[in-house]
Amino acid sequence: MAEALPLAPRRARSAPGTLARVVSYSATRLVALFLTVVVGVYLTILIANMGGYVDVIKRAEIREQVGISVSFDPVMQRLPVEERQKRIKELVAIEEENLGLNRPFLARSLVYLRESLLLRLGFAERMTSDTGSRLVRLIILNRLPPTLLLFVSAQLLLFIASVLMALSLSRRYGSALDQAVVALAPTSAAPAWFYGIFLILIFSALLRALPFGGMVDAPPPERAFAYALSVLRHMILPMAALFLTTIFLAVYSWRTFFLIFSSEDYVEVAKAKGLTSGAIERRYILRPTMPTIITSFALSLIGAWTGAIVLETVFNWPGLGRALFQAIGLYDTPVIVGATIIYAYLLAITVFVLDILYALIDPRVKVGIEERG
Amino acid sequence: MSRALGELLHYRAAVAGLAIIGFLLALSVYAVLTIPYGEAIRLWRGGEALWLENPRNASPLWMSLFRRDLPHTITVRSQDALRREKDLGEGVRQVTIALPFDYPYRKLPQELAVFFDVEYAERPPHVALTWRTPDGTAIRLGEFTVKTRDIYRMSSDPQLQQALGGRPEEVLFTDPQAPENVLQGRHELLIEGFLFERASRLETRLVVYGAVYGLAGTDHLRRDLMIPLLWGTPIAMAFGLLAAVGSTVSTLAIAAIGVWYGRWVDGLIQRITEVNLILPGLPILILIGTLYSRSIWVILGVVILLGVFGSGIKTYRALFLQVKEAPYIEAARAYGAGSMRAVFTYMIPRAVPVLIPQFVTLIPAFVFLEATLAVLGLGDPVLPTWGKVIEDAYSKGALFSGHYYWVLQPAVLLMLSGLGFTMLGFTLDRIFNPRLREM
Repeated sequence: MAEALPLAPRRARSAPGTLARVVSYSATRLVALFLTVVVGVYLTILIANMGGYVDVIKRAEIREQVGISVSFDPVMQRLPVEERQKRIKELVAIEEENLGLNRPFLARSLVYLRESLLLRLGFAERMTSDTGSRLVRLIILNRLPPTLLLFVSAQLLLFIASVLMALSLSRRYGSALDQAVVALAPTSAAPAWFYGIFLILIFSALLRALPFGGMVDAPPPERAFAYALSVLRHMILPMAALFLTTIFLAVYSWRTFFLIFSSEDYVEVAKAKGLTSGAIERRYILRPTMPTIITSFALSLIGAWTGAIVLETVFNWPGLGRALFQAIGLYDTPVIVGATIIYAYLLAITVFVLDILYALIDPRVKVGIEERG
Repeated sequence: MSRALGELLHYRAAVAGLAIIGFLLALSVYAVLTIPYGEAIRLWRGGEALWLENPRNASPLWMSLFRRDLPHTITVRSQDALRREKDLGEGVRQVTIALPFDYPYRKLPQELAVFFDVEYAERPPHVALTWRTPDGTAIRLGEFTVKTRDIYRMSSDPQLQQALGGRPEEVLFTDPQAPENVLQGRHELLIEGFLFERASRLETRLVVYGAVYGLAGTDHLRRDLMIPLLWGTPIAMAFGLLAAVGSTVSTLAIAAIGVWYGRWVDGLIQRITEVNLILPGLPILILIGTLYSRSIWVILGVVILLGVFGSGIKTYRALFLQVKEAPYIEAARAYGAGSMRAVFTYMIPRAVPVLIPQFVTLIPAFVFLEATLAVLGLGDPVLPTWGKVIEDAYSKGALFSGHYYWVLQPAVLLMLSGLGFTMLGFTLDRIFNPRLREM
C-alpha cells in the first residue's frame, strides 16, 4: 500500500482521472482507518484483559466447542465416562495451545486481536440471540439492523433538515425564527436519552398517543405493511429525541458558517452578476463549505452511535445499545467486549463512508492539491 | 479580560447562564454545609430502616398544585395523647391510649402502621388494637405482644386483611354507606395494653402514610429525594469542572508542545488524536465500569485520559501554528528562553480566549456523561447523584405509574446545569471570537 501511494498522483497527472485520485485517497484513508480500528480493538482487549477476562472468555469458548464436537462424535459417545473426560481435557489442552493461551500475555493479546478483528467473539455467558444461539457474533448481528434502521434514518433526515434550515436562516438572519434558533442552541447540551424521557412522559404517559418503547406492537402485525407502519410508529419518539438534541445546535453553527462564507467577495460578485439566490447557494456557498459540513457530520454521527446505548435503553429499542445495556446488567463480559469491538468498527465504517463522500466533494482531493495537516 | 467580563453582561443569555451557575454553586455550598458528606451517604445508603416513617413514592409538595387533595402523612404520638393507667395489682397495669386524628382528605391514605417503643425486662407487654371510625363504629384489629421496637404494619397483615375483607386503609377509610367516598372526620386508634412489670413502659405512635412528602418527595425505599437532589449538585459540578479542566488544559499543553517541536512529535500527536477520535468512548467507560471500578474518581480519570487527545487539539494546533511565527516568540528565542518556557509562558496564554468558551461548554457534557453512566447502572455505588435518581425511577417504571416528579426533578437540575454553562459558553465564544459576534 505504501508503495502505491506516491504512484497514484503521478498517474492521475498523466491521465486526468478524478476516479483514480478518489480511489487512491479512499484507499489511504481505508488503511489509516483500519489501523485505527486495530489500535482501538487492541486497546479494548488490553482493558478487558487486565483482570484476565478475555482469557476466561477464550477458555470457555474452547470448552464449549470441544464439548459440542465430542457430543456429536459417535466414537467418543461409546467411550466410558472417565475416558471421555480425559479425551475432552486433552482436546481442550490442544486447542488452548493452538490458540496460544499458554504463551505470555503479549503473544496472547495478539492472538485475541486477530480473533476479534475476524469477529470471532466467543460465547455469551447468559444472553442468547433470537434463534437461541449463544454466539456473541450472532447476538450482535441480530441486534445490529434495528440500530442501523433507527440511526441511519434519523441522521440522514437530520442532516438534510439542518442544512436546508441553516441555508434558509442564513438568507434572512436576524428574523424572529433565526433568533429563536440561536436562543435554543444551548438545549443541545442534553443528550438524546434525556429528551427521550420527556417525550415519553408527554406523548406516552400523559397523552397516551404513542408507544412507551419497543420496535413493534405485541403481538407483531402479520401483514408486511401493517408491520412497517407499526415500526414507524415506534420510531417517532426516538427519532424526535435525536432530532431535539442535535437540530438547534446544528442549524445554529451551520447558519453561522454559511453567513461567514456568504460575506466572501466571490459571493458578492455572483450577486452582482445577478445570479439567483438558489444558484449562489449551490455553487458558491454549499460547494466550498461541504467538506467542513461532512466532517462535522461525521463527528456528530460518532457521538450519536455511542449515545445510542442509552437512547435504545430508554426506548426499549431492541438494538445493539440495548444489548450492551442488558449485558452490563447480566455481567456478560463476552457480549460487552464484543459490543465495544463492533462499535469500534461501526465508528470506523461511518468515518470511511463519509470520507469517500468527502473525496467526491472536496475539490482539493479531486484536483490533487496536497493538503497539509 | 475585565473588558470581556463587562461585555458579557450585555448579553441576556450570559446573564441568565451566570445566574443559573450561581444558583447551582450556591446549592452545592448549601448541600455540603447542611448535610456533611458522611451523613449524606449514611442517609442515602442506610436502607429503609432510616426512613420508616416516610411514605413510599410520595409526591413532593409542589405536586399539590397540580393534584389537589393529596393526603399528607399524619403521625399521632402517645406522648401527646390521652392515656389512662389502671393498677391491677402484682405489678400488672392496664394502659389505655387513645390516638385520635382528623382525616380531612378525599383520597385514601397509602398505608397504616403502628410503631411501638417498649421497655421491659423479661415479659413483653401485650396490646389490643381497636379502630373507631368517625361514625362511631369500633373495629377490632387484633392483639399481640410487642417487643422493644416493634412495628405493626397493618397494611401488610394478611390476617387483618382477611378479617376486614380488604386492605385496612381502604376498609377503615371508606364510607360504608357510599363506597365511593372517603370517610372524613375524626378517626381514633385505641390501644389497650397490659404491662407485666413495674418498670415497663409503653409508648406508641400511629402513622397514617399520606402521598406527599417534603419539597422533593420520596422514592421506592422511602428515602427523601432532597438528599440526592441537593448532594447531586456538588458532585455534578465537581465532576464536570474537574473533567473539563483536566481534558482542556492537557489538550492545550499537548497541542502547544506538538507545534513547538514539530516533525515527528507533531505527527505522532496528530495520529493519536485521529485514533482517539473514533475510539468508542462510552463503551470503553462501560467496560471499565463493569469490570473494574464504578468509583466516580476512577471514571473521572478515564474520562480525562480519553479527552486528552480530543478534537480540540486540531483547533489549538491551527492557532499555535500562527502564534509560533509571531515576532515576540522569535524575541523570546533570541534572549535564550528555553522550549518549556516559550511553550508555557508565551504560547499557551495566547490560546486562552479559545480555551475559555470551549471549557465552559464542555462542563455540561461531562455532567451529562456522569448521568448517562448512572442511568446505565454504572453510577458510583455510594454517592447520591442525579443520574442515580433517574435510574431508580426508570427501573421502577416511574413514568408508567405516574410518579413523574421522580424523573422530573433530577432532569430539571440536569437541564439547568446544561443550559447555564452552555449559554455562558456560547456568549463567551461570541465575545472572544469576534468573527461570530455580529452573527
